[in-house]
Amino acid sequence: MGTEAEDSGPAEGAVIRTRALTKRFRGGHLAVDGLDLTVPEGSVFGFLGPNGSGKTTTIRMLMGLIEPTSGTAHVLGQPMPRAVRTVLPQVGALIEGPALYGHLSGRDNLLRYDAADPTADPRTRRSRVGAALERVGLSAAAGKKARAYSLGMKQRLGLAAALLQPRRLLVLDEPTNGLDPQGMREIRALVRELASDGTTVFLSSHLLDEIEQVCTHAAVMARGRLLVQGAVAELAARARGRLVVTTPDTAEAARVLKEQGVGDVVVEERDDRVTGEPPEREPAELNAALVAAGVRVRGFGVRGASLEDAFVALTGEGFDVAG
Amino acid sequence: MSRADIAGVGVRVRRSWSLGLFAGEFTVTLRRWRTLALLAVLAAVPVLVGIAVKVESDGGSGGGSGGGDGGAGPAFMAQVTNNGLFLVFTALAATLPFFLPMAVGVVAGDAIAGEASAGTLRYLLVAPAGRTRLLLAKYVTTVAFCLLATLVVAVSALAVGALLFPLGDLTTISGTRITFGEGLARALLIALVVAASLLGVAALGLFVSTLTTSGIAAMATTVGLLTTVQIVDQIPQLHAIQPYLFPHYWLSFADLMREPVYWDDLQKNLGLQALYVAVFGSAAWARFTAKDITT
Repeated sequence: MGTEAEDSGPAEGAVIRTRALTKRFRGGHLAVDGLDLTVPEGSVFGFLGPNGSGKTTTIRMLMGLIEPTSGTAHVLGQPMPRAVRTVLPQVGALIEGPALYGHLSGRDNLLRYDAADPTADPRTRRSRVGAALERVGLSAAAGKKARAYSLGMKQRLGLAAALLQPRRLLVLDEPTNGLDPQGMREIRALVRELASDGTTVFLSSHLLDEIEQVCTHAAVMARGRLLVQGAVAELAARARGRLVVTTPDTAEAARVLKEQGVGDVVVEERDDRVTGEPPEREPAELNAALVAAGVRVRGFGVRGASLEDAFVALTGEGFDVAG
Repeated sequence: MSRADIAGVGVRVRRSWSLGLFAGEFTVTLRRWRTLALLAVLAAVPVLVGIAVKVESDGGSGGGSGGGDGGAGPAFMAQVTNNGLFLVFTALAATLPFFLPMAVGVVAGDAIAGEASAGTLRYLLVAPAGRTRLLLAKYVTTVAFCLLATLVVAVSALAVGALLFPLGDLTTISGTRITFGEGLARALLIALVVAASLLGVAALGLFVSTLTTSGIAAMATTVGLLTTVQIVDQIPQLHAIQPYLFPHYWLSFADLMREPVYWDDLQKNLGLQALYVAVFGSAAWARFTAKDITT
């Protein structure tokens, strides 16, 4: 990917673009190592990786909170952290969970955050705060002190803070953390709604199905390095599915499949299943071979690859990917 | 939407915004329990001093042993029974060495570090409040708190003084008489000078606050530094460095009660505060604008 936009300068249509972005903390720990990330405009971009893989450090560099050791980061076409003043009013962010003033009510928390934005109009402040509270379903609890909020309510309030103004880009770090399944569905619906309005959403998560459900693009990080990035459909396609044969005659089936040139044949005795790499040729021919050998085939098919297969392949088994 | 406007829309900074940021800071500070408790303690000091003086002057039988609260402004203390206005000077003299700067140290120390430990700092910065502006708003808030704290002591003392003692014309330290009205004006001037005396410790506290991500640590360090400096200021062998310690000329505000006013030490005090503000203000700025925000 990224062949249409060349290395130097901000990319056309890229809302976030980093080049060789690197952060080495004072202790010598290399948190982010030569990151080349491109987030297309209008995408819902999933940012995946295990804990400690450098996701949050990357987000903090993009938001001008941490100075990169080397490399460049452009957000909305402007260099960060130099253009913080012009870029960030157009960016809503939820970074590493919400942070609130416990002694203020939910509404007063939002009023305070809005007052910190130099571009926010004080005359419309109250109505915008009200609308943001409404949007995340917190209107009823707006007058309560924030320290009395549950984790889910705090998360919603953090989201409301990110939605105080119309944004070009939303950066959401683990937005469904602490929410119940109903709350997660609501957030996903909100993300889709925002995306359909043209807002680019940069969503970090460790929940693969969440990424798969809402994201159009994704990137995977591990140990400070970018393993892969691209459209979700494309990533899933890279991980090939598996051939699955359900039969009581597992040993015989495995023998036949190997004979037919199927690689990585695994017998799952307990489930009466034999799996393997899908062949290049027509699968139906394999089925015919099995039946001809007297194997009682009860099920035959190719299980489709999920993003999870791609993820496991990337982080677990060292899949060779030219990111 | 064209590519050209990718970062150009809606980014018009409003002129009144800094004021709004400061107003927000000040309200948030005032709505903390901690701040209110500090102000309550400060308001209680004149009450205690007033009652102590009243008891001592009324009951010749019981409480004649003490002879003043730890030597806090003895020049004023003796006069309190004649004129309640002197309780303002006595109370300020009693709170300036420790209570007032401690309260300021708590507010200043918490300013940045408290936001950092709560995590709210990152959201203020991505709002984006701007590091220099935020630091400035924090300092202005602390300065406003210096003034507020001093006025709380002064007003409380005036109320207690009016309640317990007679009011009227008063005698200056130099022995001349001035009217009650002029006395009030001087009391206000003294309150302003006392508030200005706290600017140095406010800047010091703000600098300490940029060094750590623990609000408690910053508050404790600032109050600890204050205590240390106060002790060093009392050790005769260290007299060479004492003129450079921020509390050294604090009690010079009494010179405003001379006729004519003796300006020498007052000027040294204000000059010293300005020096501390310049040095620690710059240090705080240098530190805060270059700091990685990882909380």
